[in-house]
Amino acid sequence: MNVVLCAAEDVPVGTGVAALLPTGEQVAVFHYADGEFYGLANTDPFSGAAVLSRGILGDHAGTPVVASPMHKQRFDLRTGECVDDPAVRVRTHPVEVRGGTLYLAGP
Amino acid sequence: MSETRRLVVAGHGMVAHRLVETVRKLDTDGQWRITVFAEESRPAYDRVALTSYVDGWDAGALALPGADYAGDPLVDLRLGDPVLAVDRERRTVRSASLELGYDALVLATGSVPFVPPVPGRDLPGCFTYRTIDDLDAIRAAVERSGRGRRAALVVGGGLLGLEAAKALRDLGLSPHVVEMAPRLMPLQVDDGGGGLLKDLITELDVTVHTATTTERIEADGDRLLATLGNGTELDLDLVVFSAGIRPRDDLARGCGLDVGPRGGVLVDSSCRTGDEAVYAIGECAAVEGSVYGIVAPGYAMAEAVAAQLLGGQAAVQEPDTSTKLKLLGVDVASFGDAHARTEGAREVVFADAVAGSYQKLVVDADLTLLGGVFVGDASRYPLLRTLVGKPLPGDPASLLAPSGGGGVGVDALPPSAQVCSCNAVTKQDITTAILEKGCSDVASVKACTRAGTACGSCVPMLGKLLDSCGVQQSSAVCEHFAFSRRELFEIVQATRITTFGELVSKHGTGSGCAICKPAVASILATLGNGHILDGEQAGLQDTNDRFLANIQRNGSYSVVPRIPGGEITPARLKVIAEVAEEFSLYTKITGGQRIDLFGATVDQLPLIWRRLVDAGFESGHAYGKALRTVKSCVGSTWCRYGVQDSVGMAIELELRYRGLRSPHKIKAAVSGCARECAEARGKDFGVIATESGWNLYVGGNGGTTPRHAELLVSDVDSETLIRTIDRFLMFYVRTADRLQRTAPWIEELDGGLDHLREVIVDDRLGICEELDAAMAKHVDGYADEWRGVLEDPEKLARFSSFVNAPGTPDPTISFRTEREQPVPVLLGVPEVRT
Ligand code: SRM
Ligand SMILES: Cc1cc2nc3c(=O)[nH]c(=O)nc-3n(C[C@H](O)[C@H](O)[C@H](O)COP(=O)(O)OP(=O)(O)OC[C@H]3O[C@@H](n4cnc5c(N)ncnc54)[C@H](O)[C@@H]3O)c2cc1C
Ligand code: SF4
Ligand code: FES
Repeated sequence: MNVVLCAAEDVPVGTGVAALLPTGEQVAVFHYADGEFYGLANTDPFSGAAVLSRGILGDHAGTPVVASPMHKQRFDLRTGECVDDPAVRVRTHPVEVRGGTLYLAGP
Repeated sequence: MSETRRLVVAGHGMVAHRLVETVRKLDTDGQWRITVFAEESRPAYDRVALTSYVDGWDAGALALPGADYAGDPLVDLRLGDPVLAVDRERRTVRSASLELGYDALVLATGSVPFVPPVPGRDLPGCFTYRTIDDLDAIRAAVERSGRGRRAALVVGGGLLGLEAAKALRDLGLSPHVVEMAPRLMPLQVDDGGGGLLKDLITELDVTVHTATTTERIEADGDRLLATLGNGTELDLDLVVFSAGIRPRDDLARGCGLDVGPRGGVLVDSSCRTGDEAVYAIGECAAVEGSVYGIVAPGYAMAEAVAAQLLGGQAAVQEPDTSTKLKLLGVDVASFGDAHARTEGAREVVFADAVAGSYQKLVVDADLTLLGGVFVGDASRYPLLRTLVGKPLPGDPASLLAPSGGGGVGVDALPPSAQVCSCNAVTKQDITTAILEKGCSDVASVKACTRAGTACGSCVPMLGKLLDSCGVQQSSAVCEHFAFSRRELFEIVQATRITTFGELVSKHGTGSGCAICKPAVASILATLGNGHILDGEQAGLQDTNDRFLANIQRNGSYSVVPRIPGGEITPARLKVIAEVAEEFSLYTKITGGQRIDLFGATVDQLPLIWRRLVDAGFESGHAYGKALRTVKSCVGSTWCRYGVQDSVGMAIELELRYRGLRSPHKIKAAVSGCARECAEARGKDFGVIATESGWNLYVGGNGGTTPRHAELLVSDVDSETLIRTIDRFLMFYVRTADRLQRTAPWIEELDGGLDHLREVIVDDRLGICEELDAAMAKHVDGYADEWRGVLEDPEKLARFSSFVNAPGTPDPTISFRTEREQPVPVLLGVPEVRT
């Protein structure tokens, strides 16, 4: 599956957006400070609310993370692992930019 | 375990509590069962802080930790049950309720206020000043007395008399103080200092009559008429006697124990009376003939007796009788041989009439410090006091001169110097706690050594000792910045950096996080960098600020329009009702006098705002670390008790400070009279109307750690009120820590409320002009944030749930009905552990 999400410029550096997949699944797409894009499942596993895209981006000892807007747990953007509770992880979604367009590169 | 013995304690004041506490700590195998007879109806409380009771009438604030011995089966505290007699032969005490045998008896009955034999001293309206009950009685009398000119007389111009005068002034009375001696605080202060003290006290609206006495008091209808020895007549609501204290040695006299030359139960240096089973401690004791009217020697006596009860030996040393007056805005301190009575003593005086300060050191021929007096500026007191009996570290004049360079630092103190005199804690005790027990901040030093837990005057030195031991008291915001919020504020202000990116690359490390980003966003907003969602700022904001609404548990948001002062027209109420119906929002009246609309999705927010903004509403900043509401009571317009227009003032203040970004939320209130229906003293700043103006209280908090606000200025006009609040808020916004409300901020401020008053009322730092200008800039620059989004298509575009499906709401959000309103369907929390 290769889903067109939006124009890359719709996700300014330092922010995230949510995308709705045809399956009903939600993906949070982040534009990290170094220019990289990352995709994670949008649902915050601690609260069950689909809100991770609205979290604040940053790093924890160099690891790029997003902090859930609900209760501030941080997730590694590259692996989906929760750095505050390594037993918890969220699904990652590979995203890529081609010709100014952001795609969800899927299995 | 050895056989248990019975310890009986007569009296439960601060000193008795220290005794029981210490015995219980040392007596690890339960040798002693303790019975405490207390005359007052409450457990021992902080009598030293009695005057602060007037700030909130909260007896709980004076409580001494653990003084009720709850859950300790070995301590029986009998409140309101004084010891009536002691039978030494049979070793029993008798109270109203029982007769009890003892193996050891400790008298800790304190003292009573001395009431000179003035004719009329028993009239209703005459009070003493020693207990919480005394203050309650004074307060009740003040409330009974009518409006109009209200005055009170304090008989006695010593330390306690001046404290009483302050309390009466805070109660809205004009106090007069009569002192027989030619100067105030004759015991502690010399003539030079006394003159200045009188001027400073007079500035506080206290009328001082020295070198005269109170001849008589007469009833005059329901008022009192006092005639002074110099012929002055005073028309009064009440009289408070504070002319010294007399040790309560009645029990000792009754059972034939010796008393000292000036009263007090005569004891030796280990606090034993002539009867080896009976001890006396605290203010009722005459240790080798001397009675001490302050708490520190009492604590030393309590600890000495506790040690003896557990088989040790201990004697009390010559105590430190230094004093510092805690009177509003006037610094007075005296220590050691303040009157240069030692042979060969020399005085070095430094008086600055313009700055209003008088400082004197007493030294001997070898420049050993013997004592000193400070009036007007006691900043050197905590340090110099500790040097008594030791050679001065420099030339006396240079130690006193303002910033004379020669000032002493904590490093100059010898290890044996007593830093905390209340609890007899030396510099060495403190440095050991820091270096060997790992105390790394003031709070842990206090907990570990007890220093700073009584009068508090040594607290600033604890911080300095931490510094001098090389302990970095970390105030860093997070792993990305080694600075405190206050330092970041200064950096941003000085460098005029306007983006987080530049700030973190030049002054921090990494790419930031959910702690520093919102903190910096708040600083940028305070310094006026446009709409909070402009450019890069959007990504710095917490979700609430980013969506200008409050996130709820299911990912929906709530909307709170501003309703200044809680005043709203029926027409506007209707608009809120219509919007709530149209968007199916759960509707609730908040605790902050406004209306909260819950359950909006991100897509709906701008549509809801459009309707509200068109009807004249604006954002209520329920989401931001900013001014929330200025709550008001109905005030003089309607209320039969109101003395000022509290609603009008609340609205003016709310409109003035709306949108001001701050370290934490700011709440305020205005009450129309002292009945305080707006609960202003629970707010960051609270205004209470007076007959002729307003009282301003600051540093209140509800929430997790409630605290009453304290009086900052009284009876000011509206203009002064607003100017003072302007400066208070700006100083707070610039200097507080991240997520620090004003209550802990003031508590941590070096010098506390007095320092705050110096900065924003007296302009000691010379920054008021800048604070005023900053507030003016805020007021001029204010714009509604909701409108800002509605008018900017780019910002508006961010209000969609999905970037690839604008207009589609989040399908996981759904509602059910409860009590006729929509509420979130609880989200199943996915299995989170892997
Ligand atoms: C809506 C409201 C409860 C209500 O239904 O009445 C409320 C709701 C929330 N309060 Fe509150 N507080 C509300 C009045 C209060 C009050 C009462 C008052 O203001 O008179 C207090 C105690 C007074 C005080 O703050 O000193 C109060 C003390 C807190 C605290 C503890 C603050 C503290 O200093 O200890 C928090 C937590 C925090 O801010 O860190 C908090 C946090 C919150 C948050 C923001 C929690 C959160 O992050 O989700 C709640 C979300 C608000 C929302 O969704 O709209 N709320 N909260 C009230 C909104 C008032 C308004 O019109 O803006
Ligand atoms: C307004 C004010 C301000 C002060 N400020 C300071 C200060 O800044 N610094 C300082 O060091 N000191 C200060 N003091 C003095 C300090 O409060 C006292 O030194 C200290 O409280 C003495 O403690 P105590 O336990 O000996 O006596 P108290 O605190 O007087 O306690 C004695 C208790 O025994 C009770 N009692 C008496 N007789 C009996 C009986 N027969 N049976 C049972 N109970 C009995 C009394 O009711 C009382 O509760 C201040 C005092 C006041 C009033
Ligand atoms: S505070 Fe005073 S004016 Fe306000 S409602 Fe209460 S009694 Fe009336
Ligand atoms: S000197 Fe009073 S608490 Fe330390």
